[in-house]
Amino acid sequence: MPQTITEKILAKHCGKKEVHPGELIECDVDLVLGNDITAPPAIKQFNLIGVDKVFDPDKIYLVPDHFTPEKDRKSAEQVQMMREFAKKYKITHFFEIGCVGVEHALLPEMGAIKPGDLIIGADSHTCTYGALGAFSTGVGSTDMAAAMATGKVWLKVPEAIKFVMNGKLNKWVEAKDLILYVIGLIGVDGARYMTMEFTGDTISNLSVEGKLTMANMAIEAGGKNGIFEADGWKSDKDAHYAKVIEIDCSKIEPQIAFPHLPSNTRGVSKSTDVKIDQSVIGSCTNGRIEDLRVAANVLKGRKVHKDVRLVILPATQKIYKQAMKEGLFEIFMAAGGVITTPSCGPCLGGHLGILAEGERAIATTNRNFVGRMGHPKSEVYLSNVAIAAASAILGRIGSPEEL
Amino acid sequence: MKGIAHKFKDNIDTDLIIPARYLNTSDPVELAKHCMEDADPDFVKKVSDGDFIVGGENFGCGSSREHAPIAIKAAGISAVIAKSFARIFYRNAINIGLPILESKEAADQIAEGDEIEVDLTTGKIKNLTKNQNHQAQSFPEFMQSLINAGGLIEYIKNLRSHGGGPK
Ligand code: SF4
Repeated sequence: MPQTITEKILAKHCGKKEVHPGELIECDVDLVLGNDITAPPAIKQFNLIGVDKVFDPDKIYLVPDHFTPEKDRKSAEQVQMMREFAKKYKITHFFEIGCVGVEHALLPEMGAIKPGDLIIGADSHTCTYGALGAFSTGVGSTDMAAAMATGKVWLKVPEAIKFVMNGKLNKWVEAKDLILYVIGLIGVDGARYMTMEFTGDTISNLSVEGKLTMANMAIEAGGKNGIFEADGWKSDKDAHYAKVIEIDCSKIEPQIAFPHLPSNTRGVSKSTDVKIDQSVIGSCTNGRIEDLRVAANVLKGRKVHKDVRLVILPATQKIYKQAMKEGLFEIFMAAGGVITTPSCGPCLGGHLGILAEGERAIATTNRNFVGRMGHPKSEVYLSNVAIAAASAILGRIGSPEEL
Repeated sequence: MKGIAHKFKDNIDTDLIIPARYLNTSDPVELAKHCMEDADPDFVKKVSDGDFIVGGENFGCGSSREHAPIAIKAAGISAVIAKSFARIFYRNAINIGLPILESKEAADQIAEGDEIEVDLTTGKIKNLTKNQNHQAQSFPEFMQSLINAGGLIEYIKNLRSHGGGPK
C-alpha cells in the first residue's frame, strides 16, 4: 500500500512493513527531549519505575531553556534536579549555561536530527523537527520518563492532511505568514490528531529555517506532527490523505494573529490601528540568524517608537555569536532595542519582558493565549519578524512599507 | 463517581488550566492552588472533591505540560468530560491516571452545577439533576489496560514484575 512519509517512519520504528491510520503502535525512539519545566516531573516518574539505567545516555537531551539563566529559587531547583540526574545516568546532552539555547533551535543546529528519525519531546513544539524530514511530536513528562527507561513510546498512527502550496511570495511575506495563514484557514483544532504534510513549489523554495518555522506551529492547528520531504524520505504518489488543501501563496499578505488564538488571523493591512507597548523578536519559531537579519534590515538607521520596548532574543549561543559578528547588535542597540541571553523568556511569560495589565505586545512567537506573556489582561499579537520590527518603530502594528 | 459539573467553553488551553507563571514547580499541591485560575479565578474555591469539569471542543490545547492534568487531578476533579480533547492533553491525562470522557452530547446538555454520575468502565454519564443519560466513547483496549494499571508508570512496573519491560 502506498504510504506517506509519516507512515513510513512510523512503520520503520515499530518493525512493520506498513502502518494504517488509527492503529496503535509501540515505537523505538531515536531521541528523547525534555526541558526545565517538563524534565523534573519526568525524572520523578522515572525514579518510580525502579530501573537503574536509562535506555541510552546519548539519546536523551535535557535542555533547561525556559527560565534560563535560572530566574528564581524554584526554577534553580528544577535545573539542579536535571543536572544531578544527568550526572547520575551519564547523560551526554545536558546543556549548561554557556551552551544552552532554545531547545528547538538548538537541536537542529547541532545536527541532532536526521531525516527518518522518530523523536519525542516533552514539549509541544517538538513538532519543529518535521522540517528536517523526521517524525517528531510532543508528549508529556510521563511519556518522557517511560521513554528514558524503555526507549519506546506508544503512538496512534495519525490521519494526514496534505497542504499543496504554490505561488510566489509577496514582499515581506515569510514562512511564518504561510503557517499563520494555514492555521487561520483550518482553525486551532483543524488538524487535531493529524499529520500536516507541506508540499508544493513555495515549500521547495523555502530555506530550512523557514520550514522549521512552519513545522514549529503545526501544534497550533492541533497537529500531531508537521512534515516536509527530505533526503530519501518522500510520500508515495498514491498515499492516502484524509484531505488535500491547495493554497495560492501569491495571494497571502503578512498575517497577524489577534488575541487570544493563533487562528484569529487577519492581513496586516487590516490591523494597523492596534497600538503596542512591546515587540518581541525571538523564540523557537523565529529566533534564528535568518530572522535576526530580517529584523536588522528593517531596524537599520531607525529608532524604536518612544512608547515601545523592543526585546530581541537570539535563540542559541551560536546565533548570538553570529549576530554579534555580523554587527546586528549594533543596529539593534542603535535603534533602542535590548538583546537578551538565549532563553524562552517572555514567550511563555517566564521572564525578560513580561506584560503588565492592559499592555499589548507584537511577537514573533507562536502562542497568544490569555496571559501567555504576563498579566491575564494583557494581549499578544503574533506576526513575522519584519512586521514585529516595523511595528516597534511605528508604535502600532504595521508593515515596513509604511516606514 | 458522583459530583457537581463545572462548565467551560471551547479551546480551554493549558495556559488557562495552569498558567506558566506557576510552572517553576511540579508539586501537585502547589499546582492545584492555581488550577483554572485565568479561566475562572474562583474555581478552586468552588470545587469539592469528586466534582467534574465539563469542557467544549479541543480541551487542553496548547503546551505539553503534564502540570495541566496534574493540577486538575490534585484540585479534586474526578474526571473531565468534553466534546473533544487536544492530543497531548489526552495522552497525558491517561498516562497520569486522570479519567477523561469524550461526548459531544453530554458536554452540550450538562449545565453548570448539575449533579453528575459517571461509570468509567462503561463510559455511561448520568445527569442526576436533569435525569438524562449519555454515552461517552469507550477507550481502545490498549489504553484501558494502561488506565486499569493506574497510568503508564504502573503499567511498565507491572510488565517488569512479570519479567518483561526494561531491566
Ligand atoms: S520559545 Fe516559547 S514556544 Fe518555544 S520552547 Fe520556548 S516557551 Fe516553548
